[in-house]
Amino acid sequence: MSAATTQETVQTQGPRTPKVFRARTKGAGLGLVAWLAGLLFFLPIAWMALTSFHSEEDAATNPPSVAASLTLDGYREFFGSGGGASPWPSLINSLVASTASTLLVLVLALPAAYALSIRPVKKWTDVLFFFLSTKMLPVVAGLLPIYLFAKNTDFLDNIWLLVILYTSMNLPIAVWMMQSFLSEVPVAIIEAAQIDGARLPTILTRVVAPIALPGIAATSLICFIFSWNELLFARVLTGVVAQTAPVFLTGFITSQGLFLAKVCAASLVISLPVLAAGFAAQDKLVQGLSLGAVK
Amino acid sequence: MTATTSTTVTHARVPSSARRPSGRLRAWATRAPLLPALIFMIAVTQLPFVATLVISFFDWNALYPDARSFTGLANYQEVLTDADLRKSVWTTILLTATVVLASLVIGLGLALLLDRKFRGRGVVRTLLIAPFLLVPVAAALLWKHVLYNPEYGLFNGILHWVGGDGATQPDWISNTPLIAIELSLIWQWTPFMMLILLAGLQSRDTELIEAARMDGASNWQVFRHLTLPHLRRYLELGALLGSIYIVQNFDAVFTITSGGLGTANLPYTVYQSFYQAHENGLASAAGVLVVIGSIIIATFALRVVSSLFREEVSRA
Repeated sequence: MSAATTQETVQTQGPRTPKVFRARTKGAGLGLVAWLAGLLFFLPIAWMALTSFHSEEDAATNPPSVAASLTLDGYREFFGSGGGASPWPSLINSLVASTASTLLVLVLALPAAYALSIRPVKKWTDVLFFFLSTKMLPVVAGLLPIYLFAKNTDFLDNIWLLVILYTSMNLPIAVWMMQSFLSEVPVAIIEAAQIDGARLPTILTRVVAPIALPGIAATSLICFIFSWNELLFARVLTGVVAQTAPVFLTGFITSQGLFLAKVCAASLVISLPVLAAGFAAQDKLVQGLSLGAVK
Repeated sequence: MTATTSTTVTHARVPSSARRPSGRLRAWATRAPLLPALIFMIAVTQLPFVATLVISFFDWNALYPDARSFTGLANYQEVLTDADLRKSVWTTILLTATVVLASLVIGLGLALLLDRKFRGRGVVRTLLIAPFLLVPVAAALLWKHVLYNPEYGLFNGILHWVGGDGATQPDWISNTPLIAIELSLIWQWTPFMMLILLAGLQSRDTELIEAARMDGASNWQVFRHLTLPHLRRYLELGALLGSIYIVQNFDAVFTITSGGLGTANLPYTVYQSFYQAHENGLASAAGVLVVIGSIIIATFALRVVSSLFREEVSRA
């Protein structure tokens, strides 16, 4: 682009300014369109945030009262001041299920990724694609046997059952992501360390870990998001004790009088960990979601 | 799959220890770190599916456990001839196709906008990603109560603002239930498509494009003959991954309409037929059908992923 314009300036001096000017206004115009699109996509969330700080009466007016006074009542209601069920047990359950399954995923995926990248087994691509194919098996394919199994072994309404299932849900993604991060570790460095007499634990902690750590962190965040969001397993397999945050949210599906501010507060609070994790992993998000196919 | 194996041969990291006397032991030592993950996946995902397959051949209502009997393909026959179930197959196809296509097209537009430099590009990117980072149930609740509600929802509020007191106040979910679900899903999935396509745009060969511009190619010509062919596989990947996730969608259907008003898709139907109607055999047959549909999509998806993957390996 720049090469083309400079060449032109050498040839003709006159028409340069209008052409550049036109290109610049066109660029600014498209920038404006991008801004508008971004704001339009964000509007529902901004509106949800504003509504969560309104009183229930102000939240349910038509036309909407944008400038109504702000209050924390919606949040107080959500956290159970109005006598409703407290969300804390379900938030803690979600935290336990997401964290524990993410840790289990790391324990299983790291060695597997090692055996698929740094010291690969024979036919390692086939193994990698087996993991990917399990991700394509829909949840409903195994839901009923898992439900019957849990019912007969008293594992129904048990958070550790969800931990196991969430681990299986995220393991393929994690293996794929970690495999691609570990293959970024140059073989030459590992071989050099071996020649220097370093043993496997030293190589892993001193050579591999520093290079792969950002990738491992992003993988963990993505696994955390998927576990935190999951509804179908949690809805079918948990009840009172092991209820997770998304299941708690399903309590708001039927309207309950004036409850808009409370719904908004609940949706925001429960989405907060995902928003935080998602923005933290923003750069690696595509790679995780596309199962490592896009870098 | 056989094609992908051949890349292993060219890859420099294959250990040469196989010919040594302790070769077999070493091979197992190499394999060992892989086994826990592999066994775990087979136990937790493959075994239940086999069980589903077996149950699908039985007439089995959980409320009458003694009346369980082998019925062959009768459950499949019932699923495929039952009008409600057939409709849910059609709903699933319609929902998936609409959401994937619309979010792909909008996502492409947004990716092209974000590929240029402008002030605050990072902020706009963050704003656009945000919908994807809401908990799906929370996003569905937002659309159902905060936007669609006929009395105090934002949509009708805006109509009221613009049109005054006589403005129409449609009941969005009752009038167009499936479109209501589709819109909320398009809103959530467009950022996903945008991210994949943006990654595709940024991996373009800039020298090639500059050369084309030097030769006098217009913006449209560059887009049509260079950008679009390059993006083809990213578009395919977005479409296929989106299909795999949206075919399985349960959260939005469950939250916005609870499967009512003709919006029940297959995952919801499977959930309902065993969780509420306790028809284990029928539910399993429907589940197997979802799997068959997914396998068809997945075969294409795997092919695309493996072609991108092979490119990465050969580039490395």
